[in-house]
Amino acid sequence: MSFRGAVVTFPGSNCDRDMAVALEAVSGVPAIRVWHGDAELPANLDFIALPGGFSYGDYLRSGAMAARSTVMQSVIEAARRGVPVLGVCNGFQVLTEAGLLPGALMRNASQHFICRNVKLKVENSQSLFTAGYSAGQILNIPVAHHDGNYFADDATLDRLEGEGRVAFRYAETVNGSARDIAGVLNEAGNVLGMMPHPERAIEEALGSSDGRALFESAIRSLVEA
Amino acid sequence: MSQITPEIVAEHGLSKDEYAIILDRLGREPNLVELGIFSVMWSEHCSYKSSRLHLKKLPTQAPWVICGPGENAGVIDIGEGPDGKGQAAIFKMESHNHPSYIEPYQGAATGVGGILRDVFTMGARPVANLNALRFGRPDHPKMKHLVSGVVAGIGGYGNCVGVPTVGGETNFHKAYDGNILVNAMTVGVADTDKIFYSAATGVGNPIVYVGSKTGRDGIHGATMASADFGENSEEKRPTVQVGDPFTEKLLIEACLELMATDAIVAIQDMGAAGLTSSSVEMASKGGAGIRLNMNKVPCREEGMTPYEMMLSESQERMLMVLKPGKEPMAEAIFRKWELDFAVIGEVTDTGHMVLEFNGEVVCDIPLGPLADDAPEYDRPSLSREDYQAWAKPGEVGEVPASADLGADLLKLMGSADLASRAWIWQQYDSQVGGDTLQLSGGDAAVVRVHGTHKALAMSTDCTPRYCYADPYEGGKQAIAEAYRNISAVGGTPLAVTNCLNFANPERPEIMAQFTGCLAGMGDACRALDFPIVSGNVSLYNESKATGGGSAILPTPAIGGVGLLDDYSKMATIAFKKEGDAIWLIGGETGHLGQSLWLRELHGREAGAPPPVDLAAERKHGEEVRALIKAQAVTAVHDISDGGLLVTLAEMALAGGIGAQLDMELDVAKAFGEDQGRYVVTAPAGVEIPAAQRIGTVGGSSVAGASLQALREANESFFKDWMEG
Amino acid sequence: MKVRIHVSLKPGVLDPQGRAIHHALEGLGFEGVNDVRAGREIELDVDDSVSDEALDAMCKQLLANMVIENYRIERVTA
Repeated sequence: MSFRGAVVTFPGSNCDRDMAVALEAVSGVPAIRVWHGDAELPANLDFIALPGGFSYGDYLRSGAMAARSTVMQSVIEAARRGVPVLGVCNGFQVLTEAGLLPGALMRNASQHFICRNVKLKVENSQSLFTAGYSAGQILNIPVAHHDGNYFADDATLDRLEGEGRVAFRYAETVNGSARDIAGVLNEAGNVLGMMPHPERAIEEALGSSDGRALFESAIRSLVEA
Repeated sequence: MSQITPEIVAEHGLSKDEYAIILDRLGREPNLVELGIFSVMWSEHCSYKSSRLHLKKLPTQAPWVICGPGENAGVIDIGEGPDGKGQAAIFKMESHNHPSYIEPYQGAATGVGGILRDVFTMGARPVANLNALRFGRPDHPKMKHLVSGVVAGIGGYGNCVGVPTVGGETNFHKAYDGNILVNAMTVGVADTDKIFYSAATGVGNPIVYVGSKTGRDGIHGATMASADFGENSEEKRPTVQVGDPFTEKLLIEACLELMATDAIVAIQDMGAAGLTSSSVEMASKGGAGIRLNMNKVPCREEGMTPYEMMLSESQERMLMVLKPGKEPMAEAIFRKWELDFAVIGEVTDTGHMVLEFNGEVVCDIPLGPLADDAPEYDRPSLSREDYQAWAKPGEVGEVPASADLGADLLKLMGSADLASRAWIWQQYDSQVGGDTLQLSGGDAAVVRVHGTHKALAMSTDCTPRYCYADPYEGGKQAIAEAYRNISAVGGTPLAVTNCLNFANPERPEIMAQFTGCLAGMGDACRALDFPIVSGNVSLYNESKATGGGSAILPTPAIGGVGLLDDYSKMATIAFKKEGDAIWLIGGETGHLGQSLWLRELHGREAGAPPPVDLAAERKHGEEVRALIKAQAVTAVHDISDGGLLVTLAEMALAGGIGAQLDMELDVAKAFGEDQGRYVVTAPAGVEIPAAQRIGTVGGSSVAGASLQALREANESFFKDWMEG
Repeated sequence: MKVRIHVSLKPGVLDPQGRAIHHALEGLGFEGVNDVRAGREIELDVDDSVSDEALDAMCKQLLANMVIENYRIERVTA
């Protein structure tokens, strides 16, 4: 079978090309580009990525307006059908605003934009996105965000932890996130939102290739399925 | 009855003599719209009236230069792209000094937006931003606010548009207390067969306005940018424009989408002086005329007059000439990106700029006097000797020996000018685009040309204290250092852009700084085959706010661009391996004049700056590039501010390994800032020709200072200042 | 008519912006400021016919993020 991965572009997305490059580098198949105003997604998608950037300028709240754009209704339906959906950075913000993931991403505790490589700990290595890692493994992956401070109420946090839905945790102080959470899964495990950018860590020339295994395990699980 | 009183003329920043020329060229009195247009076009910012004469002397040619100064940005050939088509790098640096002092966040943000537009206007996708910043004393009461605001503004804009901010420089000096410098540079990449110029041609072709709507922002910003600050610069706040990076991002994508078709005849961004300068420049470059219907200009506010529309500096707008019949296709692209699109006029053959509003002609000016024939001044200047007598750099004289070189090194590494800039550059998205190979902190930033093995090396450089002490040598040094930084990563230096920041040119000593620096730059560019392809001049950088006539240091900021054919052979500054041999290229002479050591340890800015031997500079650069290409060296760093020990300390900190030195060190050898020098490391046993073996990589200290102490000193300055 | 929507963080949600403002006010020497919470105001110009229910829905669906924010609707009579 031929892998069918799509990258959604919202007005103001700016990591959409990077995400498409990463998907193609790992799968060998060019990614399908989807425009936010499209009423429907292409048929039979294997994978949907919501990229980083500043959709709608981050005006109102990061991800808020993109979460209500035309194409998102189709993304939500696809996620409910079990299609894997990865949201990185602004894509994570869109997923929480769209209600596909719990919690919210607030302004960094430092009030500053932060761009640097951080140490990231793999908490759950059983999901389709993280099966290529071992639990407790420390990754070197960049962050680049202003609003990455993860918030959810204690009951929600306890539930996420209890259900193994914390995929990644920062292994250093980064942005003030509750319990240092960097990435969370939905209940079914087919939707992952994370602030760090695995698509920026797919080759050593860029400083790290630790992000590659995330795409590899997602694609492998699809091919094997 | 005359509308135009002497007061109105003066308010528009025009001299009596200049007004007399307007009367002569028009053969009548101008109306207010016309006067406003003249005032903008004849401002220093747009007309370069004090500098044009001297800029003409700079070398601008080389076989690889596709387009030199005069267009929106410079263009150089960088070989074939992934599809085998020719590619070009397009780049420019520009100042946004005055607006950034008044409102640091928006001033810096719109500076980034403006320079981005200069580059994508020509058909390039922007791939890198850099910025050269000069601030006053860190303990000046306004400085923390200015630094935080400028850094946040640069990040706020650049991060949102998705162009990585990869390099630059930041200096502190009391001469900038009342007048900071914010110089932004953008580098883009285009196909050589898709480069767009600004000359409007084709009588009857439609003139199209795209982007944001026009509001009353920054009316008279261009004239403000060329006036001294008064004591009440805070009151000027309303003339600062507000940037919208989201719209800019859409504008980039929409313009590049339209540029992929064959619809565009000419295109120009609306920068300072907005619709006025863009329409005048397009029409005069094309040798044509222009007619605009002001009722068609998309406006944000009701009741705007033609005067306001022509002088507005609203951001994120462009003007284009399209081929006839292409309007519907172009409009569909801009509507898709939710941007305004309006046909507002046409190209004519009259040689005049004619504006109509409500069916009446409100402006009719011949284009000649507005552009090519604008005033040009040969301002008086001091001779080199008279300048030296005025500047009094003094002699270095006897310097005390240092009791502890390691302690001096620690102090230098923790000083404002040498401290780690991580606090700044971590606020910039340096990686978006997925092609950033090397960042600020090394010698030059390196960004891969997408989909190829090539990479662009970029560096901004200038040492203003050298330029003040000796403008000619300082001008040479700024070019030489850019050449050196690009060579140090393995790039072949190709061309430069510049941003010439000086004080009031009506003072002969300031003109001496300007002409001296330019002469030095010109000689260095010629000797190094490193032509100037674009630039910007910012004059009147002095402020009465700090107590009368305080001029900035002469600051001709240089933005150099070079090319690596194969990025896998790129060099970095970090020590790689214990046991590697450390080599010095360029010798040890120990010039302490104008050194940071003298300033930071002894509070003296004295002596002549280190002279630049351009032949040696070129020779050492070529040697270093050959070593990198042959993969004979494991690390490379040029020697600049702070001298040899600072260079070694930076290499050690980057690699987490110390240096064991075999050479006898004294203060002059340790901290002298002689030019044309590099430190390289090579595996043990590899001989580096024409270099001096000075030590071995290893241990956990440099000249007696432990790495841990060096790191703490280096990292604490910004942390303590900003978070303390 | 004009409608003002006041959006504020729910009690208990950490407000780094408010904290930074608080810190800055103290730095300027203002005493007696016990807490600062930053919110935002959105002004709508709507037909008189737009119902309270519709305004409420606008807030819930877009203008406020119900995970972390509360809102208050104020109709401003001209």
